[in-house]
Formats: sequence, structure tokens, C-alpha cells
Amino acid sequence: MTKKLLSGNEAIARGAYEAGVRVAAAYPGTPSTEILEYLAHYREVAAQGSSNEKVAVEVGIGAAFAGARALVAMKHVGVNVAADPLMTLSYTGVNGGLVLVVADDPGMHSSQNEQDSRNYARFAKVPMLEPSDSQEAKDFVMAALEMSEEFDTPVMLRSSTRISHSQSLVTLGKRKEVPLRPYVKDANKRVMMPAAARLRHAAVEERLLRLREAAEKSPLNRIEWRDRKIGVICAGISYRQVREALPEASVLKLGICYPLPPALIAEFAAGVDKLYVVEELDPFLEDQVKAMGITVTGKALFPLTGEIHPNRIAAAIAGKPLATPLPVPEDMPVPARPPVLCPGCPHRSVFYVLRQQKLLVSGDIGCYTLGALPPLGAIDSCICMGASISAGLGYEKGNPELKGKIVSVIGDSTFFHSGMTGLMDVVYNRGSTLTIILDNRTTAMTGHQHNPGTGYTLKGDPTTTLELAPICRALGVRRVREVDPYDIKALQAAIKEEAAADEPSVIISRRACALLDKSAKPLYEINDNCRNCGACLRLGCPAMAREGDSVTIDPALCAGCGVCAQVCNFNAIGKAGVANDENN
Amino acid sequence: MTKTTSILMGGVGGQGIVLASRLLAHVIQAHGYDLKISEIHGMAQRGGSVLTYVRFGSEVHSPLIEAGQADYVLAGEKLEAWRWLPYLRRGGTMVCSTQEIKPLPVITGAERYPEKILAKMQALVDDGLLGGLYAIPALEMAASCGEPKAATVALVGVLAARLEFPGESYLQALADIVPARFLEANKKAFLAGYNYF
Ligand SMILES: Cc1ncc(C[n+]2csc(CCOP(=O)(O)OP(=O)(O)O)c2C)c(N)n1
Repeated sequence: MTKKLLSGNEAIARGAYEAGVRVAAAYPGTPSTEILEYLAHYREVAAQGSSNEKVAVEVGIGAAFAGARALVAMKHVGVNVAADPLMTLSYTGVNGGLVLVVADDPGMHSSQNEQDSRNYARFAKVPMLEPSDSQEAKDFVMAALEMSEEFDTPVMLRSSTRISHSQSLVTLGKRKEVPLRPYVKDANKRVMMPAAARLRHAAVEERLLRLREAAEKSPLNRIEWRDRKIGVICAGISYRQVREALPEASVLKLGICYPLPPALIAEFAAGVDKLYVVEELDPFLEDQVKAMGITVTGKALFPLTGEIHPNRIAAAIAGKPLATPLPVPEDMPVPARPPVLCPGCPHRSVFYVLRQQKLLVSGDIGCYTLGALPPLGAIDSCICMGASISAGLGYEKGNPELKGKIVSVIGDSTFFHSGMTGLMDVVYNRGSTLTIILDNRTTAMTGHQHNPGTGYTLKGDPTTTLELAPICRALGVRRVREVDPYDIKALQAAIKEEAAADEPSVIISRRACALLDKSAKPLYEINDNCRNCGACLRLGCPAMAREGDSVTIDPALCAGCGVCAQVCNFNAIGKAGVANDENN
Repeated sequence: MTKTTSILMGGVGGQGIVLASRLLAHVIQAHGYDLKISEIHGMAQRGGSVLTYVRFGSEVHSPLIEAGQADYVLAGEKLEAWRWLPYLRRGGTMVCSTQEIKPLPVITGAERYPEKILAKMQALVDDGLLGGLYAIPALEMAASCGEPKAATVALVGVLAARLEFPGESYLQALADIVPARFLEANKKAFLAGYNYF
């Protein structure tokens, strides 16, 4: 049988398809995003982009109660948003199987923190599986759904950046048509009021014991006996890194990282001279193994932060690294290449003006978080999705002197995700902050997914377009206006007025993402009037650079937004091929 | 058991590094090896660095390449070549473009673009630390083949001439993954790199 090279995310999607999943829901988030993008291609799967992760899980819950197999996917911080339904879903159990895929990001390649999702499995008392490559990613989705139905529990599947975004060979199978399980009303099991929930909590504890028993015998957990001097307990990507670093060592590979199999662990520990745990982030396995009274070394040798690579494992356990860096001349610094707002990005001018007006900017998460970097440097804080508006209100309540200077900045997708409740709070609690919604008509950060404002679903079908201005008015904001961010004067005037207003206000900065806007625009160039003052460089546009005693615009990169021409005080930037005086 | 070969590919968002690694993967798979590819492209669309690892052999465990491990580095840009140079093992081979793309700290004047990158890498070859340095004006070469976006494919051509697989395998892989209207230019760019040295 021929094998296909699949990323972990593609394999998870394929696994869901083959396992007969009927409903899939997610809010995008690196490194999990592509799972639903791949699932959207399967006609048999109702795959949807939800407005946030809590909604996605709740859609999954309904689908599973209705008898269908369901998958929900999110990045690690998405589980924080979805934690409320997850905790009680553990009590109700499922009907059709439900798998919650969570993609962690050790090393924070593109995240605001590196929380370890395994803690959620333990917290919610649900099992968690952890694949170590794409083949397992596919197979474990099937295993998770079967486990879900057999034990009447949601099952978590933990991926990570290295699993989701690495490709390896996978044997494909056919879709298994899993019939809908009959729907039978069962209020005692699904209406979680205290009397019923008390009974269900007891059921959860009893289920956990049965799952532990099953983990002892599951083929997903296995001992690989090799040289018995060293034994390593590991799961997920760490299994691969350990195999690379210590090919001779014995390994207990855990495909189920929660709950753990105590007897199997004891057997393994007894069979080796020295026992180690290799795991990224928290000492999740290590603490539990130690609690079993077994002596084991883990975080004494390995960091609690970031990824753990084979070199480090070899050095720490075998006493010699696999390789040493090629010695290169040290006298030459290597400038970083940080991500930047693209040429023509409609977010840029907003941050330029906010900085110019010295406003306090309560930021949010999306491409526009890059407005925090120099030279724009316009953002004061950024915590999690949706926090901009509510934290902005807190700034105002916390320090009355800041009143009139506070601007909350949030993207369109983020506003739909979790900004609306914050805005309602500003109105209800008599705040007077300005909220700028950066409406670039897409979820750009994660690769241009649709959202409730774009008029299309994940599958590309047309749907109702939710308009921001009427929503803001409906939330009680009386001062709502739209501005084109390519018009600096209009933007300056609007921000000045609305920031000072003594009541809540909203500016919708509306302009499509420059990567999606394919309309031809005239390019801009620098003329002889340039005094090399550098004012335009404060925009941080990657198309512009100082070259000798002037600034140049790279025609291959210029997107023709014309914002630089508007911030130039010397009329030194004009449309290419147009004489100076015609340029105004 | 055959030894694992490790190839690190680095460039700037939009240069086609991911396509290059997929092209190579196609060829490797066609020759029956186990392989793993790892991509880091979190915010690369926004002009950041893009990095992919390609590893193949009889059984590949880790998808990662660490400093001192790469048999080859392919860099779409000179500063990226310099950035990933320490990832080569002693005797490893550097394939890179002579193109320069300034990162933002250089544009704003906070930092300088390093000078004499090629000369310093050549010195490492002369000292016997590097096995080879193959630098080509990939962008210009691809443009003269009719498709500047095929610059990275020209670099793959240079790399391919150093790997064990026949050139035809790459042409076949291109036919499998590149849209028809770009195919001819991509094949030409590949061959321009393949026959350059
Ligand atoms: C809870 C949570 N879910 C998902 C993400 C990943 N994520 C970060 S920003 C973002 C979307 C940003 O879209 P938008 O607000 O429209 O801004 P844009 O990137 O288009 O400027 C997503 C999905 C996250 N950081 N946190």
C-alpha cells in the first residue's frame, strides 16, 4: 500500500474522516488551524469555523449528544476559552464519540504563552492521547473516538507544533461509515443541576479508574526493551527525540498520557538501572511517577520551558551531545528578521496615528499585535483574545487621569471571538473608552480564514454577513463611525475626537487585508524633494529603506497604499511616473 | 541502516522555501526512503524568517535539525545563509542565493546588514571546515527563465546536483506539484541551477 506524506494536521483531519466523523468545529489558532481547513474538503463532514473555541466545543457537544461522531480543534490557549463547557462535558459524557484536539506550542513559535494542555486532561478527568508522528496522529483520532464511545467520555488528543507542522508518511484507509447512535432523551445525564451533577461526578471518578485499568493493557502504551541500563518514559514528540538521541535505551512509550498505567510504569521502572522522564514543559508525567513512589529523574536535567531537542537529551543522559555547532566567525552579528506588518497593511496607519497622538493603547491578538514593535511601538499591553476592550475599561477605572487617552484596538475576527462582551461592559458600566475595530475583512493572522463578518463559511458557502456598526450600536454605543485607514487626515481627526468623547465610542477602520486586495494601485516613489528626514520610515514599511542620503521605495514590494506620501512633510513621495505638482 | 541525511532550508516569507522542501520530499519519497519534514512558518507571511528541515534515511525519528547537524543548508537569501551556517556539520555544504533582503531592524537603521558574508563562508571552505559553498544569483537566473518566483527552485537545482537522486526525478516532481502554466519556467530554473557548477 502506498503511503502519503502528510502533516500532523492533515493526518488528524484524515483520521477524523476515516473514523466517520460527521461534525467538526474549530476556531483557528496556530498550530491547529489546518485541521479544519483540511476537513472542510470532505463532503461527508459538516466542518465549520466557529466564532470562538467555547462555541466550537458546544457545537461538538450537541452533535455528540445527537449521536454523531464529532471533532473539535483549537490551539492550547483556546482550551482556556472552552474550559467551561469542557469541565461539565466530562460529567455528562457523550453519545456519539467526541475528540477535542488541542495543539500546544512549546517554544512559542507563534503564541502568547506555552501552557501545557495535559493539565486540562487531569483537571477535567478525561483521557488524553498523544501521537508522535503523522501516522499516529491519524490512528489516534480513531482510537480516541472509540475510547470516547466505550467509556462515555470526551477524549483529548494533544498535538504540538512539531507534530502538527511536521510531515511524515501515512498509510491511508477508507472511511468507516459509523451509523448515528440513536438519540434518547436523558435529562438526568445531560441536564447538569446539582442533584444530577452529584451523581455524575461519582460516575466520572469511577470512569477514571476504569480508564486507568484500560491504559494498563492498551496497545497505545508499550515498553520497548533495549539496553536496560537506561530507561526513559516519554510520549508524543519527546518519544521521537529520545529515539534519535538514545537509540540504545529502553523506552516506555505512552500513547495515553492521561490517565497513567501504574503497573506498567512499575514494571518498566523495575526493569531498568536508571529511570528518566523526558517531557517538554511541565513535569506532568514525572510528578505522577514520583507520586507512585518510584525514583525517577526528569526536570532536574531538563528545562521547564521551550522544546527539548535530541542534542540536549543525549548530553544530559548519555553525557555527550550528538553534534556541536560549526564554529563561525563571531565578529559578525546576525540581525533578527522579525515579522512585520506587510506593505500596504491597513493596520499600519492606525498605529502611526495612535503613537503620534500619544494615546494609551490596550491591544489584542492578531497581525495587528505587530503594531507593538518599533518603529510603531504603539501598543501598551496585550494579554489574550478579547482583552483589549475590557482591559481598556479597567485602565480607565483604575486611573482616572488616563480618561480620554485610552484606546482599545481589536481585529474583526477577535471582536467576534470575544470583544463584543467587553464592549457591552464599557457601555453598561459607564466607561468612555474608544474602541477601534481593525476591520480587514478576514482573520489574517492564521492565514485568512472567514469569520462572521466576511459573508462566507469555512466551506466557502455564502452566508449572512454580520455588520460591525449595527452590532456596536445594538450594544449601546451611540458614537460609531467608519474610517478608511488609507486616509490619514480622516483617521487623525476621528481618533482625536472619539478618544476625547465623554462616552463609549467605536471607530471601524475598514480596509481589506493587503494580501487579499488584488486591485491594481499606482506605486509610489521618492523624488528630489526628499530631505532624508526619516519621517516616512516611522511607518515601518518593509518596502522603504534608507539608501545613502535618501530614502528609497522598493517597487517590487510597494503596495501602493499611499500612506507614506501623506506623512511626508516635503511632498517628496508621489505616484511613480507622475510629475511632482500633479501628485496632490 | 542508512545514515540520515539532514537538509535545512531557510529563507524569507514568500520565497517559496516551503515549496522547495515539498519538491525535495517528493523526490525522496519516490526513491523509497523514510522522511520527515518540519516547517516553522508561524508569522512568515509577514516577512519573517522561514525555516524547514528535511531529513531522510531508512528510519527517521526526529523531525529536527540542530546546530552542527545539517549535511546541507539551502538559503534563499544571504543573511539567512549566515544565520543558519552554524547548523552545518563540519564538512557540510552551503547552497545559497546572492540576493539580499533587508530585515526591518536594518531598514530602520537599528542594525547593519552584515558585510562579506560570502567571503567569510569561503574562508571556512579554505580552512576545511565547510565542504563546499555554492552561491548563485538565483533571482536573476530565475527571472531570465521567465519566472522570478522560481529562484528557490534554481537553488534546489544546485543542491540536487550534489545529492544522490537523478535530475529527472526532480523534473518529474516539478511536473507533479507545479501548476502547468509555471512548469516550463520552473524546469528551466531547476536545470539552470543543476548545471551551474
Ligand atoms: C483563544 C485564542 N484562540 C486563537 C488564537 C490564535 N489567533 C490569534 S489572533 C487570531 C485572529 C486574528 O484575526 P483578526 O482579529 O481579524 O486580526 P488580523 O490578524 O486579521 O489583523 C487568532 C485566530 C489565540 N491567540 N487565542
